[in-house]
Amino acid sequence: MSSVGATAAAPALGVARFKRPATLTVYRWELRKLVSQKRTYLGLGLATILPLIFVVVQNLRTRQDRGGENIFASQITHSGLATPVLMLLFLSVFMLPLIASLVAGDIVAAEDGNGTLKTILTRSVDRGQLFAAKAFAAMTYATIAVFASAAVGTAAGVASWGFNSVTTYSGTVVSASEGLLLVFASNACYLIPLLAVASIGVLLSTVTRNSAAAVVGTVGVTILLFIISQIPGLEGIRPYLLTEQYENWHGLLRTPTDWAPIAHSAWVCALYGVPALIAGYLVLLRRDVAGG
Amino acid sequence: MTDAAPPVRARGLVKRYKEVLAVDHVDLNVRTGDVYGFLGPNGAGKTTTLRMALGLIAPTEGVVELFGRDPMREGARALEGVAGFVEAPRFYPYLSARKNLELLAALDGSGAKERIGEVLEIVELTPRAAHRVGGYSHGMRQRLGIAAALLRRPRLLILDEPATGLDPAGMRDMRSLIRRLADEAITVLLSSHQLPEVQELCDRVAIVDRGRVVYEGALADLRRQGGAGYRLHTTDDVRALEVAREQPGIQFAALGEHGLSFQAQESDVGALSLALGAARVAILSLTPELATLEDLFFRLTENNGDGEPAHALAAPVASDERLVEAP
Repeated sequence: MSSVGATAAAPALGVARFKRPATLTVYRWELRKLVSQKRTYLGLGLATILPLIFVVVQNLRTRQDRGGENIFASQITHSGLATPVLMLLFLSVFMLPLIASLVAGDIVAAEDGNGTLKTILTRSVDRGQLFAAKAFAAMTYATIAVFASAAVGTAAGVASWGFNSVTTYSGTVVSASEGLLLVFASNACYLIPLLAVASIGVLLSTVTRNSAAAVVGTVGVTILLFIISQIPGLEGIRPYLLTEQYENWHGLLRTPTDWAPIAHSAWVCALYGVPALIAGYLVLLRRDVAGG
Repeated sequence: MTDAAPPVRARGLVKRYKEVLAVDHVDLNVRTGDVYGFLGPNGAGKTTTLRMALGLIAPTEGVVELFGRDPMREGARALEGVAGFVEAPRFYPYLSARKNLELLAALDGSGAKERIGEVLEIVELTPRAAHRVGGYSHGMRQRLGIAAALLRRPRLLILDEPATGLDPAGMRDMRSLIRRLADEAITVLLSSHQLPEVQELCDRVAIVDRGRVVYEGALADLRRQGGAGYRLHTTDDVRALEVAREQPGIQFAALGEHGLSFQAQESDVGALSLALGAARVAILSLTPELATLEDLFFRLTENNGDGEPAHALAAPVASDERLVEAP
């Protein structure tokens, strides 16, 4: 900057009047920041590598008895579409909530840690816009992780065992194309509880101002709810636990389609997610942005 | 934004953290075109006051307005025409300088993106614009902070210790830049504890000590009313000291290596010279010495242990350019 003060031919710095950016703009930038961070790829890598490992291991297995309690486990070698369903079953309880928490728990706390929250808030962005953009970005990431896992599972399963019809929980055989639609819909239904998990992650990220604490805290909440669901004598509250909603999509794989668990999970998850988002918003709104 | 409204106007600003009173009823008046120095020792409450001004923290009491708008009530709208940074400017370390500025430009809108090259050129970061900010030195981040502020084409620039951590050349360049921005009709609120920087750049100052403003007004008035200092050499300096101490209006009289020093208004100096004559002490030399900002700063902020400034200034400043004495 040695010539800054002396440079007479420097550009004019006239005054500009600013229009507040749309929340969509802020959201797009949240996504761009996510794309630039390594941890984003760590989560997506976990979500996609597990279906690949599963398919490779199943291909290497010599024993043909793949029966068991789950009807889709017995169909692994009959239809590639059984793979994404099984993967959703396996990953839905712990791995996908963990992956969603990785970003949700970090998304506000990292700004605090970097000191960049004050940088953003001294621009033309309101705190409400910022919170909304971050919450949507965390949910977008969770959505991408779920569908990336499903896509890889489907592709690997179909490549190994073909694009064939599949038998649902109720014993009905559905065509391959209908099965593919059901795989997509099942993952979409699973997003309902997962987005509630992400909302809790965003809340903890806002409250704790510490990425690690927020990520661990979010996973801790889901583990806690899971343990509660296993305690004898608490069967009465089980339908209202967030972790119980992870299997809401099973209703789609029955004939006729059982919409009740999906509808039930929608309002139960809203009871977890909406207050978490409102609380997070209010905390950020009243936050003293010091430090950094 | 009200054009008639002053760039910064704070009234009764208080910030309390549990038992700690960080800012104690601060009033500020930054006028259009000011290069306004906000001076104080570390921990005096400067940064906390600036945070409140930018809406980053909520005042416990009082109000601060930027161009007539309260950031606590109007949010980002109140920051229209305002830019700057508090403490060290912070950026995303995993993004390049250019990407960081692109992000901030997107949050500013209104063509800010088109000015990225221009502001990088101003702070001479163009050659390093593609490098990740994580690898930047402190000085480079300070410069990037200025670039980020200039993206907004501000009417008011709030800078918190912009020269901190810079080498002498960097500090000189930073001063040149601030002077140039001021020349372009940008009002500058500059927090600093670097007195030469403030003395060189600022036309008006507020001096804050332990959360309280102990002086606000024109720097020239402060220096003038801080008491014209005098150095006196007589045929009997010890006797002259006794006489001076008995004279009304003579302050801080002390005997040093080079004679007697004191502060007084011009009329009182005349009375002293007559008193010295009456005491049969001949004046060999009497030299006026204008107090430096450093002298005044320490006089206003160094206390004698009971929370009061060690010395008051010679005379209070009238109206809004008043001397605010500690109660």
